[in-house]
Amino acid sequence: MAKKEYSFYPGCSSQKAASASNYQVSIDSMCDVLDIQLNEIPDWNCCSASIGYAGGGELPRLALSARNMALSEQAHPDQDIVATCAACWLATKETQERLHDDSALMEETNQALAEAGLKVKADKNIRHMVEVLIEDIGYDELGSKVQKPLEGIKIAGYVGCQTNRPFGIAGESFENPKYLDKLVETMGADPVENYDRKVSCCGGALAFSEPEKSQALIKEIIEAAYDGGADMIVTPCPVCQMNVEVYQNHINKTYNTKFNMPVVYYSTLMSVAYGKSAKEAGLDGQVIRAKKLEEIAGK
Amino acid sequence: MSNMNTAMIEKYRNNFLKEVEANVEEGEWVKMCMQCGVCSGSCPLGPYWDHPPQEIFMMIRAGKREEVLSSSSMWMCTSCYNCIARCPRGLPITHIMHGLAHYADRLGLAPKEQPTRKFAKHFWDNLTKKGRVNELKLGLKLYFMNGFGEGIKTAMKMKDVGLGMWKSKRLSIGELWGGHSIKDTKGLHAILNKAREIEEAKAKKFEG
Amino acid sequence: MSDEKKTGCYICKGCGIGERLNTSQMATIAEREARANIVREHDFLCSAEGVAMIQNDIDNEGVNHIAIVACSRRAKTEAFNFDGVAISRGNIREGVIWVRPDTDEAQETTQEMAEDYTRMAVFEVNAMNVPKPSGEAEGQTNILIVGGGLSGMTAAIEASKAGYKCTIVEKSGALGGHAAQAWKRIPQHAPYKDPEDTGIDEMIAAIEADPNIEVCLNSRVTRTSGAPGRFSADISTESGDTKTENFGAIIQASGYTDHDVSHIDKLGYGNADVITQAELEALAREANGGPIKRPSDGKEVANVVFIQCAGQRSDEEGHLPYCSGHCCLTSIKQAMYFKDQNPDIDTTILYDDLRTPGAGGEDFYRSGQDKQVIFTKGAVNQISSSGNGAKVNFKDRILDEDVEIEADLVVLATGMVPNSGVNIDEVPQDEPGQFEVSVDSILNLTYRQGKDVPQLKYGFSDSHFICFPYETRRTGIYTAGPVRRPMDDQQAIEDATGAALKAIQAAENAQLGRAAHPRSGDLSYPSFRREGCTQCKRCTVECPFGAIDEDEERYPKFNEGRCRRCGTCMGACPVRVISFENYSVDTIGQQIKNIDIPDEFDEKPRILVLACENDAYPALDMAGMAGVEYSAFARVIPVRCLGSTNLIWVTDALNSGYDGCVLMGCQKGENYQCHFVKGSEMAHYRMSKVDDTLQSLSLEPERVATYEVAITDIERAPQLINDMAETIERIGMSPFKF
Repeated sequence: MAKKEYSFYPGCSSQKAASASNYQVSIDSMCDVLDIQLNEIPDWNCCSASIGYAGGGELPRLALSARNMALSEQAHPDQDIVATCAACWLATKETQERLHDDSALMEETNQALAEAGLKVKADKNIRHMVEVLIEDIGYDELGSKVQKPLEGIKIAGYVGCQTNRPFGIAGESFENPKYLDKLVETMGADPVENYDRKVSCCGGALAFSEPEKSQALIKEIIEAAYDGGADMIVTPCPVCQMNVEVYQNHINKTYNTKFNMPVVYYSTLMSVAYGKSAKEAGLDGQVIRAKKLEEIAGK
Repeated sequence: MSNMNTAMIEKYRNNFLKEVEANVEEGEWVKMCMQCGVCSGSCPLGPYWDHPPQEIFMMIRAGKREEVLSSSSMWMCTSCYNCIARCPRGLPITHIMHGLAHYADRLGLAPKEQPTRKFAKHFWDNLTKKGRVNELKLGLKLYFMNGFGEGIKTAMKMKDVGLGMWKSKRLSIGELWGGHSIKDTKGLHAILNKAREIEEAKAKKFEG
Repeated sequence: MSDEKKTGCYICKGCGIGERLNTSQMATIAEREARANIVREHDFLCSAEGVAMIQNDIDNEGVNHIAIVACSRRAKTEAFNFDGVAISRGNIREGVIWVRPDTDEAQETTQEMAEDYTRMAVFEVNAMNVPKPSGEAEGQTNILIVGGGLSGMTAAIEASKAGYKCTIVEKSGALGGHAAQAWKRIPQHAPYKDPEDTGIDEMIAAIEADPNIEVCLNSRVTRTSGAPGRFSADISTESGDTKTENFGAIIQASGYTDHDVSHIDKLGYGNADVITQAELEALAREANGGPIKRPSDGKEVANVVFIQCAGQRSDEEGHLPYCSGHCCLTSIKQAMYFKDQNPDIDTTILYDDLRTPGAGGEDFYRSGQDKQVIFTKGAVNQISSSGNGAKVNFKDRILDEDVEIEADLVVLATGMVPNSGVNIDEVPQDEPGQFEVSVDSILNLTYRQGKDVPQLKYGFSDSHFICFPYETRRTGIYTAGPVRRPMDDQQAIEDATGAALKAIQAAENAQLGRAAHPRSGDLSYPSFRREGCTQCKRCTVECPFGAIDEDEERYPKFNEGRCRRCGTCMGACPVRVISFENYSVDTIGQQIKNIDIPDEFDEKPRILVLACENDAYPALDMAGMAGVEYSAFARVIPVRCLGSTNLIWVTDALNSGYDGCVLMGCQKGENYQCHFVKGSEMAHYRMSKVDDTLQSLSLEPERVATYEVAITDIERAPQLINDMAETIERIGMSPFKF
């Protein structure tokens, strides 16, 4: 199979020593096996995620993503843009759609971009890495690369919000998307059936500003995974991963629980199943260690 | 006519609705709400909203300008997009809430001490400075946003989280001195200034 | 065809019947016991060859009574359709082999079932005669339309288009009714965004130019008598001139009156700037596209509040309990009168539940929202004068607070009250020979049961709302428009179109002496033995369709054209003098009497099942198709309506040794499903008195059970039969075996 190339928008959290740097490590390992080449957009900037609205109005926020698209169009004119972060994907895709559908907005945006000598067409697809896996490669091909099936591990597929709504992955329902479960199965592990917090919100950015309210949501997400007999949770979103993983001590204190549930990325699972080392899979980036994956990676 | 009567007359008039349509992102959708309440029932932080989206839409139509714009409600939005996915009328509710929050903040009517408002403003300032988010500085700013004493307490409470992140190499002290940045910060600032300028020129004037 | 009765019995062996049953044994029974003149078996009776065999017997052997022992009477009706002969059907497929297990143990009782159905078919047909039209039929097909509003005009135009003459009787001085008073109408065409012209002027012009349509203005119907095909109506003008004309059918499009809410204090009606929807139409017509002015001082309206359900949808005193259906859309339309003229006018619609029915309803609602009409869920506390327009104090049900807003104008959606004439349940008909015209009546029928069509609820005319919505309980008289149920213009147009077609059908059927549905095409009609009649009047009173009058000597006078052939009169008659040629006390009685009753010690009880042919019998057929089994001791006889059940059948059955009787009719009461409206109710009432009979026979009351059965009761109907079998097992066999 020919190498697949995409223009890549990594986003702030995946930078070195940032909160989802381990995600990027596993993405690189996974792409290596799948022969995917990610061409980073030169000098990309933050998309302002979903919390930028307080300081930024509609046009400044659109301009942020428009600048990234314009840079991508310059550097990789024929390539779709791929993002691994849910918020990056959502903000960029939303911008692409709005500019595409509203010529007045497009004109104003280009007026702003012109200040830095840029121009955007917004005619390329903005895709999440999961879409690339499912649509461009397919479950069969993904499965064929498995060297170490993740046998005996039960995994709750926590899809969360922003890879699911408002766009979602083609062919999936908002209320019960199945792609994570299928990926889990494809890697040889067991998905938790009817994981009832699959698309519940973890609080997102409000985990910082409203910690108690958000942790109450997170508690439900983890509890439901335990109820389903899960050994770990898998997610496609850096905010979901961080929120669900790092506050477990706080939740334990508040609610008198004993949570110690590893939360990994789909790419972590895939890197391990594809025979990569624990380090290559980003397992050293776990705050709560995923021991069952470490065991398989160490074999 | 007494002030009370003036206030009474302003109710259930189109004035505020027209203002929202003119100045709030996706505001032209507000009138299309059919008051089913699915949004309110779908919101993860629904119980914490003084006025869930359904009510906010009705309040706009009832002309309750002050109450809407000074409400903490919109700041409870976690951007989960559940309301958008479920609204039978297809209203972009999440965006309308963001738009209302932004508009309220621009007018200086948003509640000053609302934590999400403060965090969101810091986030914007943080990201626009160097073009990329500095997670450490953002976090510290967040801890100290309620003053130094509060900040130390929060920082102590959060130290295990930070420690965990640091141990797993997902947080770097180095960020304090410089950290990630884009190269063309000048260009980015020029773009954002221009965008803000265009937007402000477009906004219609409405009396509070 | 000779008058001599010659009976042929034809037994089918197809569909597995031949494999499951000993048909030659059945043939022997048909010949020896039932004494059929010709008995034939056939491998595939409904095939062209099988049908030809029967036809050959009719043509060449003089067979004029035919018992077909094969599938249900509801199957193969086209194949087994022979002109000029009496036909009965023995149901040994759905009724026997499909409801019994194919096992050796079951074989004996299953065969006995089939043998009984063979006997029943032959004895039934022998008791039947070939129905012939009475000769009462007459040749009027022109249509009387009472009411010249939108519904009446639509009915006239549609009937004329179909080639039928009609006469519109309108009490006012002009055509058009309420619709003509409107400035615009709710849109009836995509994209359903803006109010449309009413189109009434064009309709009036079309009617005036139509030679098929006669219009009588300032007129009322002061007397209506007769039956479909031969109605006679007196049409009287205000000045007192009366002419009498004959009609084939009647459409009553008498419309509605605006609900009067002046007595409901909180609505503030009586303040100059608080008006009804109808009054706003007048203001809008006056404005003629310019600014609408408020009545009190002529100020241009800058803000207006619409109050939905004003005096409607409430059990409170003086309120209509029902939804009038059109008012939400009407208020949206009226709010657009203001918004389309000047978008800065504030328009608020205060609703409880917003209901926008119809294909374009939702689109029109959205269009209203798009034009910035404010929709507010709320309930009025008090509307009053503000000295400068009106004040509306209400509870906002979304914001959960009491608020008061000022308006230049408040518009009340007050709802519609049907113009249905007199309620015949409350106003009895004048005694025979003393008929007087009622000014309150719409039709002034001379019918014994009363002057207007019967009502169901809230004054709306009674019609079988699922199966035959246009039919009233007066055959050949159709209600259309808001007198039938609350509705908007578009629904009234559809309603009137449907009524016109039904009226034409009724008039045409009457020409041929044929029944209207649900026994469409039936040529039989009730006849009675005058010398046996005791003048008890039960038939006159119980007929659901008011078909029976009284003659000068107080004997029942049957009006064939008005009859639906349900047989409720026959069931009601205590002296059993009423019958149809093809359906009588005897056709059922012969079946009951001629089955084989094994003696008490055989442990083979017999259960008589009388099942309504409209719902219960099809349910049992479908049970057979679905393989649901029931007791082999049941003998099921379809009846036209449970209302036709004469108590003598039950008494005879018990007397001749049946162990139990199960009666199955349709749902009765306010939400009735009975195809003959009252039949099932009458039967249930009669059977509630059966205990006396049972007591006189010293039999347990559990031996007779009466049920309401729906066509969907595929599991339940067989269960009810099995329940009776169990009851008999518990209480023992009947002592009346011979």
